[in-house]
Amino acid sequence: MAEMWKGNHAIAEAAVRAGCMLYAGYPITPSTEIMEYLSYRLPELDRGFVQAESELAGVNMIIGGAACGYRCLTASSGPGISLKQEGMSVLADEELAAVVINVVRYGNGLGTLFSAQCDYHRETKGGGNGDYRVIVLCPGSIQEAVDHVSLAYELAEKYRIVTMIMTEGALGQMMEPVVMPEFQEIKRNPWALDGQYTYKKIGIFDRDSMAEAVELNDKYAAIKANEQRWEDEGLEDADYVFVSYGLPGQSTIGAVEQLKADGHKVGFIRPITAWPFPEKAFEKINPNVKGVITVEANATGQMVDDVALYIKKVQKDRNVPAYCLPYVYGIPAMKDIKRDFEKIVAGEIKEVY
Amino acid sequence: MSKVQIFADRCKECGLCVAHCPKDAITFAEEINAAGYRPVTIDDDKCIACGICYVTCPDGVYEVK
Amino acid sequence: MAVKRKVPAIIDKPMNFCPGCGHGIVARVICECLEELGQDNNVIFPIGVGCSSNLGGGFTADRFHCPHGRASAVATGMKRVSPENIVISYQGDGDAYSIGIAETMNAAYRNEKITVITVNNTNFGMTGGQMSWTTMPDQKTTTSQLGRDCSITGAPIKFPEMVASQFDVAYVARGSVHTPAEINKTKKYIKKAIQAQIDGEGYSLVEVLSPCPVNWGMTPVQAMNRLRDDVVPYYPLGELKSKEAK
Repeated sequence: MAEMWKGNHAIAEAAVRAGCMLYAGYPITPSTEIMEYLSYRLPELDRGFVQAESELAGVNMIIGGAACGYRCLTASSGPGISLKQEGMSVLADEELAAVVINVVRYGNGLGTLFSAQCDYHRETKGGGNGDYRVIVLCPGSIQEAVDHVSLAYELAEKYRIVTMIMTEGALGQMMEPVVMPEFQEIKRNPWALDGQYTYKKIGIFDRDSMAEAVELNDKYAAIKANEQRWEDEGLEDADYVFVSYGLPGQSTIGAVEQLKADGHKVGFIRPITAWPFPEKAFEKINPNVKGVITVEANATGQMVDDVALYIKKVQKDRNVPAYCLPYVYGIPAMKDIKRDFEKIVAGEIKEVY
Repeated sequence: MSKVQIFADRCKECGLCVAHCPKDAITFAEEINAAGYRPVTIDDDKCIACGICYVTCPDGVYEVK
Repeated sequence: MAVKRKVPAIIDKPMNFCPGCGHGIVARVICECLEELGQDNNVIFPIGVGCSSNLGGGFTADRFHCPHGRASAVATGMKRVSPENIVISYQGDGDAYSIGIAETMNAAYRNEKITVITVNNTNFGMTGGQMSWTTMPDQKTTTSQLGRDCSITGAPIKFPEMVASQFDVAYVARGSVHTPAEINKTKKYIKKAIQAQIDGEGYSLVEVLSPCPVNWGMTPVQAMNRLRDDVVPYYPLGELKSKEAK
C-alpha cells in the first residue's frame, strides 16, 4: 500500500530499514531533511546519530563505523560533498562498505539551491586523490531511490566499495507515492574491527601496491561486467538516441514518447548506474544511428564525454556524433527538449564530439 | 642466568637507559647489531633488576626476569 | 627487588621510531595499562598521521590509520557503533591540534566516551620538523627558521587546559617521559583515563610530552633534558580534571 513520502524522508527511512546503524552529517540544503529525520528515528531504535561539526568530521565518523563493520550513512550536497572527498578516498583504500547520498545542487563553490546534475564527472571519476571509483546510482523516482538504498548497501558490501546515490535537489524535496521495504536485520561485516584483532590488517607501510593494483583493476572489471543498470527503449531502429538520467531522464522519456508520436525514430537510454556506465546498452543501438544526444542539468555537459566515448567505442568504424543539451539546472521541459531536438536535426546545434 | 634479558637487535643506541641506570650497569657493546647500532650490554654484578631500563627504553629491548 | 617486566604482547614488535623518541615509551605504557585492566583483547586504536603512523606496523591489535587530524572523529564513529570496545585515539600534536583541532575539540565537547592520547613533541616530526601549534616561543623549526614569533603565529596552544576548563568531560591530564619517575606518573594518568572509559564516564584525554631528538638536533638524553628545562615550565604536568578534583 503506497504512501506519500517526501524524497529525503523516504531515503532516510529506507536507510533505517536497511539496517543503518550510524548517521553522521551536517545540515546543507537540499539534503538536510535526511539528517533531521534520522535525528529522531535512529535514536528511537537505539542506533547511532551524530550531528557532526562539519561534513568532513561526518564522513570520518562513518569511516569509524564502517571500519567496525556496520552499515553507516552520510548525506550532503554541493560543497559538503567536496569536503567528504578525502574520506571517500580513504573508504576506497581501506575497502570499506559505505553509502553516501549526494542530493545534487547546482553551481561551483557555494553554488545555488537549484536542482542539478553538475557533479557527474566528480562522482564517476572519483573526486578524492588516487585512482579509485565508487558505484554511482541515479534514481529517477522516489520509489527507485528507496529501492536503491538497500541495493547500495548490498553492492557496497559485495565489492567492499563506496556506493553513492547521486540524486538531485528536486527529488529530495518532492513527494511521490512509495512502498517502503521490510526491515532488515542488523549485521556486522566479517572484515570488521571488533577489538579482538579477528581481522588481521597489515600496517600501511607493509602494503604491496603492485599486487593491490592488480586486485583493484580486477575488482572494477568485475563491477563493470556485472553491475551495469539502465532502462532503454527503441534503440534498435532509432535515428537518434537520447541519454539522460534522474529527473531530467524522466523528462527526456516523455519527450521521446511525444517525438515518436510525431513520427520521429528516436530511442532513449536512462542510466541507472552512472558508474559502471551502461556500456552494454550501447551495443543495442541501431548500427546506422545518426547521433546520440545527452540531456543534462549542468552548464558544460559532463555525461556527454562518456556517451561519446562509448558510442564511438561500440561503433568504431562510424564516428557517430555526440550532442549535448545542457539545461544548466532544474528539470528541462519536454517541449524544450523537443525544440532543441529539431535544432540538432536541422544542424543548428553542433555536436560536441 | 641474567636478571635482565636484552633483545639486542631492537636497540638503537639512544642511551636513555645508560643515563638512568642507578647502578651505571649499562654500557654499549663493541659489536654492532643488524641495524648498525652498538646494542646495550649489562654488567650483571652491578645490576639490581630495578627495571628502570625497561621503563625508559622506547624499543622493547629489555625483559626483567 | 626484582619485579618481572615484559613488553605487552600487543606492542612487542620492532618499530620505526627514531632512537630516543618518546612514542615507543607511550605506546608501551598504554598497552601495559590495557593488559593490567584486562582490555588488551578488547581495544581498537584509531591512529593519526605523523610519527604516530609508525604504530600501524607496531600494534598487533585492531587499528585504523585515519586521515590526518580526523582520528577523534573516526573514534567517535567507532565508539558509537561498538560501545563495548575500548577505543583509544592515538595522535600527535600536529595531527590533533592543528589540522585536527575541530575534530579533536568537538569529540571533547560532545563528551564522547573515548580516550584520546596526544603525544606532544613540539613539532611536525614525521615530515621533517615543521612548526606545530605546540612549538615553544623562539624555537627554531624548518618553518620558523629564525625562531617562532608568537606575535604572528600565536602562542603554543594549551589544549588539555582548554578542554578541562570549558567542557564537561571525565578526565584530563598531562604527563611526560623525561625520567622514569615521570613515565610512571604518566602511566597512572593513562590508566585512569582508560578506566574512565571502561566505567562509561565520558571523554578522557592525556597529553604526553615527548622528545624529538632528530628534529631538535639533540642527542636523546639532551632532548629529554629539554623537556624538563624548556617545555614542562610552559606545559605543567599533572591532572587537570578528574573525579577527585570535581
